[in-house]
Amino acid sequence: MDYTNKEPILNKAHITVRDLTLAYDNYTVLEGVSFSIDRGDIFIIMGGNGCGKSTLLKFLIGLKQPVKGQVFYDTVNFWESDHHVRSRILKQVGILYQKNALWSSMTLAENVALPLEEYTDLKAKQVSEIVSLKLSLVGLRGFENLYPSELSGGMQKRAALARAMALDPDILFFDEPSAGLDPVNARLLDDLILELSDSLKTTVVVISHDLASIFAIGSTSIFLDQEAKTILAFGNPKKLLEESKDPNVIAFLTRGAKGLDMNDATRR
Amino acid sequence: MNTREEMSNSLGTINFTWPEEGTLLVHLKGTWKIGQDHPAADEVMNHAAMRPGTRIITFDYSNLDAWDSSLIAFLVNLMDRCSSTGILMDQGGLPQGVVRLLRLSSGSIDSEGLLEKNADVSFLANIGEHTFKLIRYSLSVLEFLGEAFIALLKFLQGKARYRRSDLGLLIYECGAQALPIVSLISVLVGLILGFVGVVQLKIFGAQIYIANLVGIGMAREMGAMMTAIIMMGRTGAAFATQLGTMETNEEIDALKTLGISPMEFLVMPRVIALTLMMPLLCVYADIVGILGGAFVGVGMYDISLNQYYEQTRLALKLNHLYIGIIKSAIFAVIIAMSGCFHGMHVDRSASAVGYAATRAVVVGIVLIVITDGIIAVITSILKI
Repeated sequence: MDYTNKEPILNKAHITVRDLTLAYDNYTVLEGVSFSIDRGDIFIIMGGNGCGKSTLLKFLIGLKQPVKGQVFYDTVNFWESDHHVRSRILKQVGILYQKNALWSSMTLAENVALPLEEYTDLKAKQVSEIVSLKLSLVGLRGFENLYPSELSGGMQKRAALARAMALDPDILFFDEPSAGLDPVNARLLDDLILELSDSLKTTVVVISHDLASIFAIGSTSIFLDQEAKTILAFGNPKKLLEESKDPNVIAFLTRGAKGLDMNDATRR
Repeated sequence: MNTREEMSNSLGTINFTWPEEGTLLVHLKGTWKIGQDHPAADEVMNHAAMRPGTRIITFDYSNLDAWDSSLIAFLVNLMDRCSSTGILMDQGGLPQGVVRLLRLSSGSIDSEGLLEKNADVSFLANIGEHTFKLIRYSLSVLEFLGEAFIALLKFLQGKARYRRSDLGLLIYECGAQALPIVSLISVLVGLILGFVGVVQLKIFGAQIYIANLVGIGMAREMGAMMTAIIMMGRTGAAFATQLGTMETNEEIDALKTLGISPMEFLVMPRVIALTLMMPLLCVYADIVGILGGAFVGVGMYDISLNQYYEQTRLALKLNHLYIGIIKSAIFAVIIAMSGCFHGMHVDRSASAVGYAATRAVVVGIVLIVITDGIIAVITSILKI
C-alpha cells in the first residue's frame, strides 16, 4: 500500500498518488496518503463525513495544490507539469460534481456542448450530433433546450453525467453520485456507472459513503479517516467487510452494527 | 419531549429529605419547562454541603408533572458538580426518558460562553485579527486585478475564451434594460437641480442661468454619478449574486477543471459589457436630466424653450461632456470588478451570497465616490 520510493507501475496504474499531504490554510486534512488506481477499475474513496474525500478530489483534479506529495496520471507528474500538460490531462478527465454544477445560464445542450467547443475543432453540426447522443445515453433526449433549473434532481444528475462524458474521458470522477437521489434512481446510476466502465473501459473513481452503492460497484477502495487523517484500509469493499480488523472500517461498512462502540462514535 | 399532559401549571421546585445518613433525596415537583423559573443545581449542592458526609444524591419524581430540556440541563449541571465534589448521583429515581437523554448528553454542557464567542478575545488580538483579514483581503484584490489585467490583454488580442452570445446578452442587460430606471432617476435629478438652483438664482433675477447649472451639473457630475449608483445597485449586485451562486454550486470549479479561466469566461464579458454601456447610459442620462431642468425653467419660470436651449448650448463645453463620459467608463470598471470580485470570493453557503452582494455594493459605491473626488481635484488642478 505504500508506494513511496517506487516507480509508478507503467500501463497498469492510471492514477498514482504518492505521499500526498493536503491542507486548507493551516488546517491539515490528510497526511501522507499513497495509493494507486488501476486502469479500467471502479475505485471507491470512502469514509465518514468530513474525512477529506471531496478535498482529495479537489487536489486530484487540480483545483487545489497539495502541500506535499505527487499525483501521477500515467507517468506524468501532474503538479510539476506546466499548464498545457495539465489541461491535456484534464481533457481526459470527466467530473460529476456533488451539486451537479451544471451552468445555470445555459441549456442542457449548451452545457454538454461547451467542453466539445472548448477542446475540439468540430463543426456546429457535429457538436450537436454528439450532444444529442450523449443526452440520449443518459435518457434525456428531448430535453436539450431546457435549463438545469427546469429539471428534477435526478435529471440534473444525469445531465451532469452527460456533460462529464462529453469528451469520452479516460477517467470519470463521481463526487457522491447518489447524494439527493431516491433509491431507485441511485441504483440506476450505479448500473450506468457499471455499464460505462464495462463498455468504454473508463477508469471510474467514486467518492461515496453510500454502502449499497459501494458494495454494488466497487472493485477497489480506500477508507479515509478524519482522526487518523490518512488511509485506514485498502482493498475490495466486500473483502474489507469480511477481513478488516480496524474498528472504524468495520463500523462504517456495517452501518455501526459492529466495530466501534456506538456510544463512543456518537460522541465524536 | 414529554408525553404526559400537564396536570398543573405549578412551577418546577425541589425539596429535600434525608432518608438515611449520607443520602440526600431530591424531590422533583411541578412543571419543568423552558422559559419558566426553576431551581439551580447549586441549590442542591448547597443543601448537600450543609451536612458533611453526603455521599449519594437520589431522586424522587412522583410529584413531577411535566418536563423538557430544562430538567435535563439542570441534571447535567448537577452531574458535573457531583463528579467534581466526589458525590455519587444515583439516576435510578429518575424517569426513564430523562435517564436516556442524560446518557446521550453525557459530557458536560458548557453553559457559559457558548453563545458569546470571542467574548474573551482581547482588544489587541481583535485589532491584529482584523489587520490580518484586511491584508488577506487586499492581497486577494491585487491578485484579482492582476488576473483581470491578463485576461483583458488576452481579450484585446482576441485570445480570450468566452461565449459571444453571453457578451451580447450582458450588453443588453447592462444597456437597454437599464434605460427605464436611468430615465426616471435622471429626469428627477434634473428637476431637483432646477428647482433648488432657480430659487437662489431668482434672488438676482438670473433665472436664465438655471440652464447653465443644470447643463454643467448633469454633464460633469450627476449624469455619471447617478448612473453609476443605479448600475451598482442594479447590475453590480446582480454580478455578485450570479457569480456567488455559481461558486457555491461548484459551477466555477467545473469551468476551471475544463481549463476555462473564469476570469475570461465570466468576469471579462461583464466588465466589457458594462464599460461599453455605461458611457452611453451616461450621455443618455445627461440629455434626460437637461430635459428635466428645462421642464422647470420653461414650465414654471417663463423661459422660452429656445432661450433655454441657446443658454445650455453656450454654457456646455465639450470638455464637460468628456469628463462625464470618461468618469462613467471608470465607474463601470469599478462596478463590474467589485461585483465580480465579491461574487467569486464568496464562502460556500447561502447567506454568504447575500453578504457578497451587500459588500459589493457598499465597496463599489465608496470607491465610486472616492474616485469622483480624486477626478474633481485633478480636473480643477488641470483647469479643465
